[in-house]
Amino acid sequence: MAAVTAHQTTQKTLGTANAAGGPGSTGAADATNAAVADHLAAFDAAVAADERIEPRDWMPDAYRATLIRQMAQHAHSEIIGMQPEANWITRAPSLRRKAILMAKVQDEAGHGLYLYSAAETLGTSREELLDKLHAGRQRYSSIFNYPTLTWADVGAIGWLVDGAAITNQVPLCRCSYGPYARAMVRICKEESFHQRQGYELLLALSRGTEAQHAMAQDAVNRWWWPSLMMFGPPDDASSHSEQSMAWKIKRHSNDELRRRFVDICVPQAEALGLELPDPDIRWNEELGSHDFGAIDWSEFQEVLKGNGPCNEQRITQRRRAHEEGAWVRDAAAAYAAKHAPAQTSPQTPTPTPAPAPAPASASAQTSASAQHVEETA
Amino acid sequence: MSAALALGDDALVLSHRLGEWAGHAPVLEEEVALANIALDLLGQARVLLSLVGDEDELAYLREERAFRNLQLVEQPNGDFAHTIARQLYFSVYQHLLYERLAAGGGEFAALAAKAVKEVAYHRDHAEQWVLRLGDGTEESHGRMQSGLDALWRFTGEMFQPVEGLDSPESGVDREALESSWLAAVTDVVERATLTLPAGPRSGGWAAGAGRQGLHTEPFGRMLAEMQHLHRSHPGASW
Repeated sequence: MAAVTAHQTTQKTLGTANAAGGPGSTGAADATNAAVADHLAAFDAAVAADERIEPRDWMPDAYRATLIRQMAQHAHSEIIGMQPEANWITRAPSLRRKAILMAKVQDEAGHGLYLYSAAETLGTSREELLDKLHAGRQRYSSIFNYPTLTWADVGAIGWLVDGAAITNQVPLCRCSYGPYARAMVRICKEESFHQRQGYELLLALSRGTEAQHAMAQDAVNRWWWPSLMMFGPPDDASSHSEQSMAWKIKRHSNDELRRRFVDICVPQAEALGLELPDPDIRWNEELGSHDFGAIDWSEFQEVLKGNGPCNEQRITQRRRAHEEGAWVRDAAAAYAAKHAPAQTSPQTPTPTPAPAPAPASASAQTSASAQHVEETA
Repeated sequence: MSAALALGDDALVLSHRLGEWAGHAPVLEEEVALANIALDLLGQARVLLSLVGDEDELAYLREERAFRNLQLVEQPNGDFAHTIARQLYFSVYQHLLYERLAAGGGEFAALAAKAVKEVAYHRDHAEQWVLRLGDGTEESHGRMQSGLDALWRFTGEMFQPVEGLDSPESGVDREALESSWLAAVTDVVERATLTLPAGPRSGGWAAGAGRQGLHTEPFGRMLAEMQHLHRSHPGASW
């Protein structure tokens, strides 16, 4: 719906109308309300027709806020998710596995960058989103609050955690917001590659020595239930689901995707020669799908509240990396300012610009708009 | 085959050190860049070690006295400026060396020809950061100078003879290599408003025995971490 462009928020539009007011301002406000109603109708029609909403299109404030929240959480998950795997880079048991793991962690940083960029199209900035992550005001996936205790955990994360992520994310490739949908197309390709590598790692262990097999089984035992929790709370307790589905941000319910994931994993576990730690998994002929045991939602709630095994450790490491890197980012900004192209003499070639450290602060207008979004969330 | 072992160990050990940065870099772009360089180096190490024997046996089952890497590459990461100083010193050396090996037509010509493209990128990355940190803020200037100073005494080792690298057909003339290296590093350091430490390898005891299997203390601890899992499961495949 690229044709429909308007002010970024209704709030701003109304504010402008009122400021221009004085006698007769009621009429102006009415006109603005009518314009908003037109925009909303166009937006709803575009969503209904499965058209993509683009950054310059009008969108409801709550749609913008929901997307910022979801995309930020997604980006944060990529960068916090580097930690449990990076924990094993220096101990990877073969050079081939070490190379695969390094490449994967590198991809995750790239996904984070990509998602922050996509989120920035909504009028926020990477800097601002990272500040919120560090302040505990935005979340990341609960799964990364579990520790990687053995090498097999790297495989279990690839198979189960990336597998769950893909099940969640493939439908997002058709999400109504264009930049997010396009980010997901690219990310899903790499994620499925990681998932196959994780599966293959577990397969090697499962078919290896007795000790390796036991290591693989133990990892699956520990990661299975947390992976099922990645789909979020059950449908009857999911606060954002209904609206997100109406906006076509989400395409399937949490429980629907969770069940789909179990159906994918059961035969894969069999092929791996590993057991899923749930005695209640059984085929439901009527549904053509697997039933499975009850999830311990109290554990999920505790992890979300910050009381999981690694919440403190993960956020502390992230904050520390950011704080300890401040002088490096400052140096890059200072250097870039000194060597801005206009001041460069023809004799000294312009050095390649810094790999874009985020500017110190977003424009005041962007911040104000994002602040507004935060409040309506 | 001691030259392949020496070059392979350099790449293996530096790759490991860079891998320690994962999740700790000052900015997301550097998470990508440092991991990228580490991966390139690991790829080079695997090719070089495979010329000598089984890459995993060589990486995981040798003790520290059998490693032939430069002491420079085993130095702990320190702060970002230390890591960048190490990258500058090593990547300029590796770039000049591989350029010569690629042109020389010796046994390393083919792999050097492939690796030199990667190393040119590593060198550019290091040089750009030396400029930014040196000519950035007062703090970054000080830190960059400290990094250059602290690692300077490990640089002489790069120009000691290595069996198999000094033959005429390899294309490497050590003295010419050293003077090119010195000129290139001096140029970057001066453009970055920094100074190269005085004297040829000043800074007290000048290190230089990694190629003979004599390493610094942090190296043994690095190997303990790197090799632990592999050694705990003798004969297992992964």
